[in-house]
Amino acid sequence: MLEVQNLTVRYGEHTVVDHLSFPAEEGQWLMIVGPNGAGKSTALKAITQGTAYEGTVSFRGQDVRRMKPAKLARCIGVLLQHNPVAYAFTVEEVVEMGRYAHTSGFLAGKATGDRTAVEDALQRTGMAEHRHQSVLTLSGGELQRTFLAQVFAQDPQLLLLDEPTNHLDLVYQKQIFSLIAEWLKQPGRAVVSVVHDLSLAKAYGDRVLLLDNGKLAAFGTPEEVLSPEHLNPVYQMDVAAWMREMLSQWT
Amino acid sequence: MAKKVRGDHFSPWEYLLFAAIAGAVFCVSVCLGSVNIALQDTLSVLGSALQALLRGEPPPSGLSASIILSIRLPRVLCVAITGAALSLAGGAMQGLLKNPLADGSTLGVSSGAALGAVTSIVFGIRFPGLPFAGTMVMAVLFAFLSLMLILTLAFQLDHALSTNTIILVGVIFSMFVSSLMSILITFAADHIQSITFWTMGSLQGKSYQDVAVVAVALLVFGGAILCLARELNAFAMGEDNARNIGVNVRQVRLTVLIAVSGLIGVCVSIGGTIGFVGLVTPHMVRLIVGPNHRRLLPASLFGGAVFLMLADLVARTLLSPAELPIGVVTSLVGAVVFVLIFYRSRKGA
Repeated sequence: MLEVQNLTVRYGEHTVVDHLSFPAEEGQWLMIVGPNGAGKSTALKAITQGTAYEGTVSFRGQDVRRMKPAKLARCIGVLLQHNPVAYAFTVEEVVEMGRYAHTSGFLAGKATGDRTAVEDALQRTGMAEHRHQSVLTLSGGELQRTFLAQVFAQDPQLLLLDEPTNHLDLVYQKQIFSLIAEWLKQPGRAVVSVVHDLSLAKAYGDRVLLLDNGKLAAFGTPEEVLSPEHLNPVYQMDVAAWMREMLSQWT
Repeated sequence: MAKKVRGDHFSPWEYLLFAAIAGAVFCVSVCLGSVNIALQDTLSVLGSALQALLRGEPPPSGLSASIILSIRLPRVLCVAITGAALSLAGGAMQGLLKNPLADGSTLGVSSGAALGAVTSIVFGIRFPGLPFAGTMVMAVLFAFLSLMLILTLAFQLDHALSTNTIILVGVIFSMFVSSLMSILITFAADHIQSITFWTMGSLQGKSYQDVAVVAVALLVFGGAILCLARELNAFAMGEDNARNIGVNVRQVRLTVLIAVSGLIGVCVSIGGTIGFVGLVTPHMVRLIVGPNHRRLLPASLFGGAVFLMLADLVARTLLSPAELPIGVVTSLVGAVVFVLIFYRSRKGA
């Protein structure tokens, strides 16, 4: 579905992402992992055309650089880590914005298909009861579910997630990941997600991409990539031992 | 928990209500001044003038008719349309930059436009094909260049374009423009009156030609902004969010910046720097109709017209027969509202 080839992002002299190539297949959840500063979020930003890059990013064989923004949004949806809000839009208004790419004109957004998509997204994320509430009054988890509802209403084929639960507690983490796993079950869909938590990558990922200083360190199934031989040199520690030590606190 | 149930668009009833309020303030503004004219007489003169215009006859004569048709009507019309235009420009910028404190005056764009107007006067700059519009073209051009410069500087300092950065850059730019104005005053003492006019703002003695110019600017640039209400909603949630839901962010940003520069530039070339209209009105209106630009922008048009007509009324009548510059009145109100918004946003943060 998504094919990234020789993706390189430079900020001045500094190369943040260095000739990165990987595919994202239909029906699969690809987890991008790596230490801080490895270039995970920058790679994701380049895919969504949020920063200048070299190389090629193609969606179902089409170069995304040549796609119009609305068409790109119908193919690829994005859920960011932080969504700071400045104005008191209601939850429903924010979710309705997700239909932008499907409609046009000043009077757009009220077609039956739009209403159904928005209603379905609100119901699926459990935000229907908050629909008339100002987003300024929501908790972090509710706000993230609102933006997840927006991206569901957008109805893309590929979902890109940039550490979507990084600042959320365990309850919301579980909620968000379960909702995305449910969304992925529908045909013709795929998810690419940047995560810090290697346990989440192992639990939900079908494929894992390990980044180190902007370069591809390993790519494959979670069992293949999340192994000491790949993880320990990148994180410069015995990752599995640390995980076991943490888990032992619960026994 | 506060529940907000609002329509997506302005209903005909809401348009009617806002138009009725604006109409009432308009009538009061035409009636009151250094010479007060009864509402009934004012409406009678306006009705007769309209009938005469439709029949192609000369307008009604007499002292009241002369005051109303030659002095008050063009001035109040000019004030109302200028208020609507500045308010719309402020509302659009606040959405585009996701910042409730963004406005022509806080960013320094109005000062930039005034510098353009003054430069054209001092150096006698004229454009081929536009012999009477040199001041206006320079004001629009300088407004656009100022906006680009300010946003580039702010973006270099802080990619998030936070409130503090915007204000800091706006203040620095305004001081820079102020020093350039001082240099112009030093070397062009003959033009000191014009320069003072552009720095204080006034809509005294405006003609129907001025009304037509501001109205056309509002129609063209304001129309462009109103058509981008959905896109401004997306920008108000952040530029990344706008891009991710499919907005052509470059195209929309450039269109809004040009339209805002056009509105501010034309308004400044007609009435000088009338500060804070674009800050106060969208803020007040947002409290009533919510942040959705499909409702906010039309409401801001009416709100801006009402606010500036009231400010003009105060400027004309407070020390009558003497008159205060309208920019002084709006700045007094605007400064208080500015502090309130800043305080609220800091408290919220």
